[in-house]
Amino acid sequence: MEVEKFDAIIVGAGLAGLAAAYTLAQEGLEVLVLERGDYAGAKNVTGGRLYLNPIRDMFPDLWKKAPLERFIAREEVAIVAKERSLTMSYCGEDLRQEPYQSYSILRAKFDRWLAKQAERKGAMLVTKSRVDDVIIDNGQVVGVIAGGEELHADVVIACDGVMSLVAEKAGLRKPGNPRDFAVGFKEVIELDPTVIEDRFGLNGNEGAARLYMGEVTKGKFGGGFLYTNKESLSLGIVVGIKDLMEGEQVQAPSLLDDFKQRPEVASLIRGGQTVEYSAHVIPEGGLKALTKLYGNGILVAGDAAGLSMNIGVTVRGMEYAMASGYLAAQAVLKAREAGQYSASQLAVYELLLKDSFVMKDFQNFKDAPAALDNPRFFTVYPEMITTMMSELYAVGAGPKERIYPTLKKHLTIRELWDMLGDLRKVRKI
Amino acid sequence: MSEVMGLKAKLGLDVFKPDTEPHIRIKPGMEKDPRLKKAVLVCPAGLYTLNDAGEVEFTIDGCLECGTCRLACGIEVLEWNYPSGGAGVQFRFG
Repeated sequence: MEVEKFDAIIVGAGLAGLAAAYTLAQEGLEVLVLERGDYAGAKNVTGGRLYLNPIRDMFPDLWKKAPLERFIAREEVAIVAKERSLTMSYCGEDLRQEPYQSYSILRAKFDRWLAKQAERKGAMLVTKSRVDDVIIDNGQVVGVIAGGEELHADVVIACDGVMSLVAEKAGLRKPGNPRDFAVGFKEVIELDPTVIEDRFGLNGNEGAARLYMGEVTKGKFGGGFLYTNKESLSLGIVVGIKDLMEGEQVQAPSLLDDFKQRPEVASLIRGGQTVEYSAHVIPEGGLKALTKLYGNGILVAGDAAGLSMNIGVTVRGMEYAMASGYLAAQAVLKAREAGQYSASQLAVYELLLKDSFVMKDFQNFKDAPAALDNPRFFTVYPEMITTMMSELYAVGAGPKERIYPTLKKHLTIRELWDMLGDLRKVRKI
Repeated sequence: MSEVMGLKAKLGLDVFKPDTEPHIRIKPGMEKDPRLKKAVLVCPAGLYTLNDAGEVEFTIDGCLECGTCRLACGIEVLEWNYPSGGAGVQFRFG
């Protein structure tokens, strides 16, 4: 009996997997997407926001009806010390002009919708299906085992997320080093849309994104984040796993509890109702930590390949996921033309990535993880900057000190020397 | 907003579907392994605790499937898999 064989099996209905499925199904290929959750997005978490510009043209028909939350019209960063904080808010016409560059999103909603679009193009989505192994024949991945069933395909695309057990089983990656990963955990807090708009100074569908750095992670590598959705806030913490394991002993969940209690945050979430608590590991190791991207009969895309990046001011992953899914699909189309799916043929995927914003970003920011992994950014600088602000604004009973000497006393030769050292490293970002 | 919502209450907001068996297990004899103790700090759901005997105890209920313990402790001390298809946490917002 002839075994049924798909053109491609995609493991994981996240953004990488669905982008690949959408693209391949559009070209008429028989695509099977296997998702272990009850629905696409059931296992997926973002901070988060999606930047559209880099991927807009890869999916030209997609964006008009996409269930995006708010377009980000306000970019804010808060430098947080133990007892003080300094918040900067950027708003500009560039952020307010269509097409908007980024949107807050919620994954359960967005991924489910994206899955529907892929299905409309002809992809087959099977949910509640966990892939347990890859089938290797003569050194070539020829399918997967899910629910005890053997499923065959010309090519498998592993889009099963940051832990990618599929890529591990195919021998393309190892379990990973805590140094290269962070964990994010967040609450979705429901609030009336008008309250959100008033609190953040937003009009209509405008949204705000705020990153917090410093004391929120007790000096550990990471930060806090807040994104406004249509009718909720996404509030959470991201912290490096290695830092969490070492140094001052802090239990991860307490970071978020303390964050919520900060006066800068408490007033923003007041009256809100937490409706969900979620957590997820994030790849943050940059270029060095990327996994092997292809093997015989297999490609790896999205978080599974390590395609997510923190450069301080922006933390991105979802557009890399969608772009890598799209490019993996292009590589499959080329392999199909060539009539073979060997590693040397599928290597075209890496070339496509290198030619795209994805690898160019990873190359340009290859030194970011090392440069940002500096405890002074999370302790010394927030204290120094906010203490300077405190003294600048202070009016005591006596005469006020001149401004220049006030600032200068914080900038000793020793301190300036250290700052110069930090600056040298940051210049590589 | 003055009272802190406990972790149990937070996890109680999430939708979990039961599995036939726990998808993560401490490997037998590894309960006192120092690598495992890291899980007590890193688990966002607080599912790992240290008992008076110096052993790490673990409950699967409330697991968010984030993967942090696998990275922090390693697979020498943890048997780690995702839940079966359709089981485990099902995020409604994500």
